[in-house]
Amino acid sequence: MAQPLVKKDDDHDDEAEYSPFLGIEKGAVLQEARVFNDPQLDPRRCSQVITKLLYLLNQGETFTKIEATEVFFAVTKLFQSRDLGLRRMVYLMIKELSPSSDEVIIVTSSLMKDMNSKTDMYRANAIRVLCRITDGTLLTQIERYLKQAIVDKNPVVASAALVSGIHLLQSNPEIVKRWSNEVQEAMQSRAALVQFHALALLHQIRQNDRLAVSKLVTSLTRGTVRSPLAQCLLIRYTCQVIRESAGNTQTGERPFYDYLESCLRHKAEMVIFEAARAITELNGVTSRELTPAITVLQLFLSSSKPVLRFAAVRTLNKVAMMHPMAVTNCNIDMESLISDQNRSIATLAITTLLKTGNESSVDRLMKQITNFMSDIADEFKIVVVEAIRSLCLKFPLKYRSLMNFLSNILREEGGFEYKKAIVDSIVILIRDIPDAKESGLLHLCEFIEDCEFTYLSTQILHFLGIEGPKTSDPSKYIRYIYNRVHLENATVRASAVSTLAKFGAMVDSLKPRIFVLLRRCLFDSDDEVRDRATLYLNTLGADGAMDETNEDASEFLFGSLDVPLESSDEPFDISSVPREVKVQPLAEKKAPSKKPAGLGAPPSGPTATVDAYEKLLSSIPEFSSFGNLFKSSAPVELTEAETEYAVNVVKHIFDQHVVFQYNCTNTIPEQLLENVTVLVDSSEAEEFAEVASKPLQSLPYDSPGQTFVAFEKPQGVPAVGKFSNILKFIVKEVDTSTGEAEDDGVEDEYRLEDLEVVAADYMQKVGVSNFRNAWENMNPDSERVDEYGLGPRENLSEAVNAVINLLGMQPCEGTEVVPSNSRSHTCLLSGVFIGNVRVLVRLSFGIDGEKEVAMKLARAPAAQQVNSGKLREFGGKTVAAREELRPDKRDKKRKRAGVREGAREKSRETALEVKFAWKKRKGRGRSDGICEELFMGMNREVACNLAFLTINEKGKARMEGWCDGDGLLLLGERRWRGEEEEEGKGSTLAFTEKDGWIEERMRWKGKMDGSSWMYGDEEVEEQHRVEKDGLGCRFDEVVPVIEGPIGEGKGDLGSPDFRVSSN
Amino acid sequence: MEKCPSVKSILLLDSEGKRVAVKYYSDDWPTNAAKEAFEKDVFTKTQKTNARTEGYSEIAMFENNMVVYKFVQDLHFFVTGGEDENELILATVLQGFFDAVGLLLRGNVDKREALENLDLILLCLDEIVDGGIILETDATVIAGKVASHSIDAGAPLSEQTISQALATAREHLTRSLLK
Repeated sequence: MAQPLVKKDDDHDDEAEYSPFLGIEKGAVLQEARVFNDPQLDPRRCSQVITKLLYLLNQGETFTKIEATEVFFAVTKLFQSRDLGLRRMVYLMIKELSPSSDEVIIVTSSLMKDMNSKTDMYRANAIRVLCRITDGTLLTQIERYLKQAIVDKNPVVASAALVSGIHLLQSNPEIVKRWSNEVQEAMQSRAALVQFHALALLHQIRQNDRLAVSKLVTSLTRGTVRSPLAQCLLIRYTCQVIRESAGNTQTGERPFYDYLESCLRHKAEMVIFEAARAITELNGVTSRELTPAITVLQLFLSSSKPVLRFAAVRTLNKVAMMHPMAVTNCNIDMESLISDQNRSIATLAITTLLKTGNESSVDRLMKQITNFMSDIADEFKIVVVEAIRSLCLKFPLKYRSLMNFLSNILREEGGFEYKKAIVDSIVILIRDIPDAKESGLLHLCEFIEDCEFTYLSTQILHFLGIEGPKTSDPSKYIRYIYNRVHLENATVRASAVSTLAKFGAMVDSLKPRIFVLLRRCLFDSDDEVRDRATLYLNTLGADGAMDETNEDASEFLFGSLDVPLESSDEPFDISSVPREVKVQPLAEKKAPSKKPAGLGAPPSGPTATVDAYEKLLSSIPEFSSFGNLFKSSAPVELTEAETEYAVNVVKHIFDQHVVFQYNCTNTIPEQLLENVTVLVDSSEAEEFAEVASKPLQSLPYDSPGQTFVAFEKPQGVPAVGKFSNILKFIVKEVDTSTGEAEDDGVEDEYRLEDLEVVAADYMQKVGVSNFRNAWENMNPDSERVDEYGLGPRENLSEAVNAVINLLGMQPCEGTEVVPSNSRSHTCLLSGVFIGNVRVLVRLSFGIDGEKEVAMKLARAPAAQQVNSGKLREFGGKTVAAREELRPDKRDKKRKRAGVREGAREKSRETALEVKFAWKKRKGRGRSDGICEELFMGMNREVACNLAFLTINEKGKARMEGWCDGDGLLLLGERRWRGEEEEEGKGSTLAFTEKDGWIEERMRWKGKMDGSSWMYGDEEVEEQHRVEKDGLGCRFDEVVPVIEGPIGEGKGDLGSPDFRVSSN
Repeated sequence: MEKCPSVKSILLLDSEGKRVAVKYYSDDWPTNAAKEAFEKDVFTKTQKTNARTEGYSEIAMFENNMVVYKFVQDLHFFVTGGEDENELILATVLQGFFDAVGLLLRGNVDKREALENLDLILLCLDEIVDGGIILETDATVIAGKVASHSIDAGAPLSEQTISQALATAREHLTRSLLK
């Protein structure tokens, strides 16, 4: 490519007029590509042809498979040429063509030769090309060269290898992970970008190892990272470490904060900004921590560079959501940005100001914004409107100026989305600020006088109909509404008629006048408008034809009516109309008008509440004797989406009965289904016996209907089982043009999916306000604890949700939310079990590196009258239902110490948990087998986490320390004290650090009895040494100082006062 | 956030929004039609700005895309990234691209020159970002890498001298342009 440069000097004038690619055509260029095959290669010519090919590809042209293959093979010939410029183009072309694996072989040897060439430029590019097109098998062949390249002294080569490594890590992680040492060496490179690429790769290699990442960050934040990009990267990793260690450090300085703060004084702006942004995004950042970051961002606000201003204002905007006070210092700088040339910056500045502004600055701000609104795009305006809405809700007293602002911008030009945002805002303000109602409604009225959007007009008319009649002078809105009937399209006219009727229904004094207006509408050109007018005149009793009471009329007008406006062949029969649920079609035969025929039926809408179900069920005589409805499940789909017949089922649980409500929908227009029943096979649900069923008379197209089947079950028992269902019906052909159904039907059936009644169906979600109190007020005897291995899970959150769904209980105190990246979690659940038994559950989860999740479940019914038999029953059933969670419910052959019974049970459970860690620690020194056997599916980390949880939970003390895959660091001292642990009083367990070892001392009075441990009179003391390794001590390096059975027993850690100092 | 800073696309469009050279590093735009729609979007949304008069890059954000841009003559330079990206990093990439093109086109930065030296522009893009990861942001280094096709060890001596002479000339030019 020296040539084009030279050439330009010579031929400049000749080429001045046209683009070199004018009229270029794929076919012709492919022909030209034949020069690649010439025995005497002309590098300059070839370069030009490749450029043309690349131009075509760049313009979005595609080559067919054959064309691409041909070009590829031709291009490979060019490796013969030694022209460097041409070679570079060949590299580009190969990357662009992304050849298939069998084609790659052809260039592999050429590229490998280049990789080992003396020319650095060849090497760097060959590496990038080869890594781009290579697959795993080839990679092993070239791995050696790549490792060399990573530590190459030429930074271009090293960077090429490192960046390729980053890409390859996605496809071949096991290979790239072996390069760790070389990458580490590259970290020390003097070249800034090599450092950056090495850091990126090193982190990706180690990203799943929290300890390693933490170490990496710790060492690098102390040293000097030269490249600003690498510094930015390091800041991101540091934040990750801070986030993940958040759970373990409760007090004191946030680790690495000093490092972030020092980056604020870096000389590169990108580093300063990255650090400032990182600080603002820290979890639970304090205002003291925020201040330095805000200060640098404030400086950026007055920078001459738009990108800096934008970055700063965007970050401050985010900060303003959580910490508006912290940003107020920047308000003056921010205000000057309202007139910024860059509208993105101006918008962000305004919305930030709106968030941080106080009541007194609102007026001034509104004045500034008004000037600014005219020259920004709609999408920015929407942002501003939304900000103003929330400001108005914050300062209701200022509604006048804000409402004025909104009405002003409503009158100006704007697209639909923008207008909709304004209208929505006004509607919300009217709802939430009573004072704003009248002026707001008038603004809306004015708007519909000249509104080009039908949707908005109808929405506003509907809203007027609801709010207008309640104002002090409803008559003043009538003019606006009636104008619509004259001036607008049919849709708007129709909704205007409805609105008028609502005024008529609500305001008696207006009624006669409304009647006059409605009668005029009877001559409208549109039938819908006429129909509505007729209907409302009738409903409101204008001609005395209907003697509905006023109440019925308004209920009809304001309630949500859900009658499908369709005709069916059946004569209308009110008794076939199911009440309170979606109503079946009902109409006179082929009614000529669209008049809703369901006037006689009570207004109904689908209501999902138990109340509605209860009403519905009690209205069906067969089920009326079942007593009170305990719980209705959410609908469970029994068919796939888009099948012929859509069926879902609602399970209604009674004390002695279960009723399945099958909601069926026929999705075939050509069919009418009659006598629809569901045949239920309960052979896999032994405790259930079918007692009644209620068929559905008729199921026309697209209007849902219900059929019911009732079962009897033992009283108060949470019987579970599986039911298979077959939908049976008589199908009749329907002529879609006339809507007539044929007289003859054919019997048919349709297989539905199975339905299960699970333990969760017997559980009502009922929260408690104070879980801890409720828990402690329970009878300790009724507590049960179990552990389960839940198998591999994506993350804890998923496991927690799965278990909550299975148990069907109400999460309390927001514990269903699992902080991201946490390795352990405790979830509190509460509910009422059938028979009105209050149940509280405390779930402790732990997850290990292999994503295996372990769960500990402790639950207790609160009510004293519960007999434990029933509880146990529940326990058993829950376990059965949890089959898909693969319970590794291990055989807990707990050896009882003998001295403790009854009330001690609770503590013994705890001891068992803690033992995971203890036992493990001990076990490592002796044999691994013990642990495997004990903790089926549960590995070290889970065990540690569980121990951790238990200690925190039962000890009622937050323990500080470090827990990870390598061990549990406990530094400090724990004493037994107390009420429950009378015998253990005076026992101590202390951990101290000495010469790089953790020393553990235990002292208590007790004795060993076989494998069990008991408090006693003998003084026992034991000491362990644990090698300390950086951040955690490793259990597998425990050295028992005193040989003996102690520590293997069941040390009861029921309520230790666990005190741990932070260092 | 733990991610490496990444560039989603680099666009070089003309004054009508047509492609001169573009490079996408993300799967956000799977088809050519999607890419063209994105380019049109980027182009129209940045039309009314003063990225030309000021010496600094401008910035805009829409639909989760951060766009930094700079115009000169009839060429529009864009670098885009995700909404969480550090704006200043993208701006650095843009600056590197912009200056490198200026060096390679020896100051005559316009559409015709760019098309005539499209090979240089494409190589330049190739040297700045590799699969979304920033390779180099220093304009002189980028331009140097693109233009350094001199000395293949096996090239004849006469050619070598010519290209060396050229390289020297270019270096002078580079220095004068960079001031």
